[in-house]
Amino acid sequence: MGTAIKVEHLSKIYRLGEIGTGTLSQDFNRWMARVRGKEDPYLIVGELNDRMVKGGDIVYSLRDIDFEIEEGDAVGIIGRNGAGKSTLLKILSRITSPSAGRIHIRGRIASLLEVGTGFHPELTGKENIYLNGAIMGMRKKEIDRKLEEIIDFSGVERYIETPVKRYSSGMYVRLAFAVAAHLESEILIVDEVLAVGDQEFQKKCLGKMGEVSKGEGKTVLFVSHNMAAIKSLCSSGIFLQNGVLSKKGEITEIIKAYLDNSTKAGDEGLIPEGASTYYTGVARYKRIRIVNHSGDKVSLYYCTPIKIYAEIECSEDINDAILDIRIANREGFQVVHCSNIYNNGTEVAHLHKGITKVEIEIENLLQPGSYSLTPGIHQRDGLSLDYVENILDFDVMKITEGKEQDLVYDWDMGIIRLNSDWKVYAQ
Amino acid sequence: MNHDEAVKEWDLIIEPHTSVFHLSYRDLWRYRDLLFLLVKRDFISFYKQTILGPLWFFLQPLFTTIIYVIVFSRLANISTDGLPPPLFYLVGIVTWNYFAECLTKTSTIFRDNASMFGKVYFPRLIMPLSVVLSNLIKFGVQLILLLLMFLFYIAFKDFRPATNIYILFFPVAVLMMAALGLALGLIISALTTKYRDLSFLVTFGVQLIMYATPVIYPLSIVSDKYRWLLNINPMTGIFEAIRYGLLGRGLFDWTLIGYSATIIIVLMITGIIVFNKVEKNFVDTV
Repeated sequence: MGTAIKVEHLSKIYRLGEIGTGTLSQDFNRWMARVRGKEDPYLIVGELNDRMVKGGDIVYSLRDIDFEIEEGDAVGIIGRNGAGKSTLLKILSRITSPSAGRIHIRGRIASLLEVGTGFHPELTGKENIYLNGAIMGMRKKEIDRKLEEIIDFSGVERYIETPVKRYSSGMYVRLAFAVAAHLESEILIVDEVLAVGDQEFQKKCLGKMGEVSKGEGKTVLFVSHNMAAIKSLCSSGIFLQNGVLSKKGEITEIIKAYLDNSTKAGDEGLIPEGASTYYTGVARYKRIRIVNHSGDKVSLYYCTPIKIYAEIECSEDINDAILDIRIANREGFQVVHCSNIYNNGTEVAHLHKGITKVEIEIENLLQPGSYSLTPGIHQRDGLSLDYVENILDFDVMKITEGKEQDLVYDWDMGIIRLNSDWKVYAQ
Repeated sequence: MNHDEAVKEWDLIIEPHTSVFHLSYRDLWRYRDLLFLLVKRDFISFYKQTILGPLWFFLQPLFTTIIYVIVFSRLANISTDGLPPPLFYLVGIVTWNYFAECLTKTSTIFRDNASMFGKVYFPRLIMPLSVVLSNLIKFGVQLILLLLMFLFYIAFKDFRPATNIYILFFPVAVLMMAALGLALGLIISALTTKYRDLSFLVTFGVQLIMYATPVIYPLSIVSDKYRWLLNINPMTGIFEAIRYGLLGRGLFDWTLIGYSATIIIVLMITGIIVFNKVEKNFVDTV
């Protein structure tokens, strides 16, 4: 097997504020270099893409990235928001060009940064298949040949002659993904497009992607925040941090590195600004900490309820807040989900403008091990306002409070302990 | 390994800045189906979103002609070189509209397609080309209107047009207009990504330039004092040639045509260079 993608010294800079170099003569020199096909002479050593640090007007979105991908590999690209994942994908998809470095590619690339690009609401499903297919680089003949298959896969054959503006959003996405899934290429680049659509559809997408990479032997590059999806799909991974390639290797190693490296809450549970994975500006977690732990490290006794204290800051009143906490193990697998709306009686929460304090007590059914916690704020219509991935790590110890000795069991005890009632009778 | 060998081994090499003179014809050719599908999209959507559909193609030039006849011919008494005013104006309006639409629609190409350009790669030049082609079809439909008007004047008004061999130049003239509109549009589209206000200037500028082009008046009535102004306008030679071929009045001047052709070639090269330069990193600036 040969190399499918070879990336050498790849960098991408963005200028803050102005796009020009600032002066006309520099603009001209740069332009001359470009005319001759040379590299930008003003590309100098700048800062890393660290959003916490201010100063300097050049920001490296990617900095001196080197890697190779073998044909047939499925590679997950992992990193926090702003780590440069999207920029990397955009350069690979030729949407934007690098500032320095070079990429060699063998085979045709199909990139899915979005499904349904160029869909026109007035056109029928079938007309949109052709248009969208052509935008993604398919020839008309190719689409002719695959039309049946695409329509079949989309499951909207009854409405294929109806303008897509009459489609439900689910149908729309299914049709769009169907086109994308039938692109003829050796390399497939997929951004987090699968986050759209219902559960069943997401499963179908992941299934198709698995088929594409394992069955058809295509090279797949996959960006996602969903560690479980990445783990099931990819065999190796690349971990980007502030625009720099931080680690490359086997996927479980990469996920572990990513989880270990994510921003953690500081003193008194203070969450650093910009730590949110997703943030709308309306509400955000300001503090979060586990109250009942012993020592510096957050370690909980076996079976002891987890007591959490959090502060939420809102810029306006929110009357239908859904608060939740997700707990994942160190492999990135989401184990537990707790929310205020699961409880009987407690409906949605009312958050007032300003600071709201929240106290949470979670029954601890976790088996000993290391876990990460992700708090979130959502609204009843499903809109997420804020979530901070893996902001808090904690361990569940093998020891019950008040007891001196460790648990007797030393083998793998799973992740969750379910309460059970045992009646043992003598014959 | 030298560069040529490298190209053979790899299917695609992504580099910081390919030279601005580099235009990937192969890529453009590969995406030709997209060009036709985009033209088709323009038509279907236009025709589905309007009640009167393609009838608009006729109504707009027809009403403009009526207004021009009243204002410029009746009220202002501007000469039409002895031609029936409606015919004179219709030729001008239909051809001018084609040029104007090519220019204005191309000039907003980056803004109109920002979301699509940000998500998928295809040769960006396909987009402006589809604009020129869509408008060419519209122009063709409007020529039918012109033909009907022609026949009406011949049949009922006893009009004997002096149509001559220079009518063969008509397709070339149309091509030149399209090229000029496209070239200017490309330059402006590239500039508007940096300087937004330019796009306001376009619609307004196109209107102004129309008065500096012999669209609503013949070149023959322009005094020598202002002749130079019209002569530097590359549209002048094209317009006069079209009118001369179709109606037998006007001026067919190879010097003017040659001048227009030179300007068009220069602008086209500039346009492609500028467009090429901008398309690479335009996504970063919006």
